[in-house]
Amino acid sequence: MPMTWSEIILAIAVVMAGTMLTRFLSFIVFREQNALMDYLSTLLPAAAMAMLVVYSFKDVNVFTGSHGIPEAIAGLLCVLLQIFFKNVLLSMAAGTVCYMYLVQYLFV
Amino acid sequence: MNKILHAFKAAFPFTLPICAAFLFLGSAYGFYVVSKGFPPIVPILISIFVFAGSMQFVMVPMMVSPFDPFAAFYMTLLVNSRHFFYGLTMLDRYKNMGLKKLYMIFALCDETFAVNVGTNIPEDVDKGWFYTFVSLLNQSYWVIGTTFGAFLGSQISINTKGLDFVLVCLFLVIFVGQWQGTDNHKPALTGLGLSLLSLLAFGPKYFIPPAMVMMIAVFVWSYYKGGGNKCQ
Repeated sequence: MPMTWSEIILAIAVVMAGTMLTRFLSFIVFREQNALMDYLSTLLPAAAMAMLVVYSFKDVNVFTGSHGIPEAIAGLLCVLLQIFFKNVLLSMAAGTVCYMYLVQYLFV
Repeated sequence: MNKILHAFKAAFPFTLPICAAFLFLGSAYGFYVVSKGFPPIVPILISIFVFAGSMQFVMVPMMVSPFDPFAAFYMTLLVNSRHFFYGLTMLDRYKNMGLKKLYMIFALCDETFAVNVGTNIPEDVDKGWFYTFVSLLNQSYWVIGTTFGAFLGSQISINTKGLDFVLVCLFLVIFVGQWQGTDNHKPALTGLGLSLLSLLAFGPKYFIPPAMVMMIAVFVWSYYKGGGNKCQ
């Protein structure tokens, strides 16, 4: 084993503490409700989801490897299906299967 | 009791895609940690207590070289900084939830956030229990996957390459759903534009904190400009 048990517990405790800080901070700092916070809470859901979408593509490099083509094709397919058919499972299954096919057979 | 069961039944279908992804990714994680020489209980404990997918992968190399707690803490804040934004977004929805709230915040990962922010919960379903079950089910899938991979990882041989794209699809579908649910696309476009700008300027490792600061700055500015009517 690369670490002793006390080191493992320390490692878990440190990463847990850091993670909990990022998750709890907002709830600790912004306890009071005010008009600004109410205003922000109407804008943040869409903005935060947009950030999460960008985050999930962050490691795509358009200059090397497959140039992000599989991600673009499968992502676009998923979005278009969702726009036209509004069937969540269809959009997600088609996007994922398409991506798996592309990275396993076409862009190996 | 009926209320709880009803909320469970409402929450469960929304977590199914995450189930598929977490069983797969969790088992990849469990196998990865065990392959570095740790006993199976170590990745399982980490999945229970840390429960932050990407950070759990990032911390493995740190655990096989001399461990530096300060570097690990700093790295955790950097990798997980986006959770601050999820908390800020969920402030209102997670209000008045009693003790359940502590667990809901503890388990607020990307996927749980996406489902809980993007789902229109039916009127007759208890919101607190809905959020709790989404959080709990998602973490259960992750821990079960980890356990599976930690004990049996070496025997998995199906080609699952690319399966993790199901999470990207989940985020896209929820984003589209939010987009179609409103006529005001400024918040989504602001988030998209500033995140992309930040990604180009600061790179994949560091772009989240500046993106969050810029978004908050723009929104606060629009608020004080009397943009309450404009932006909404």
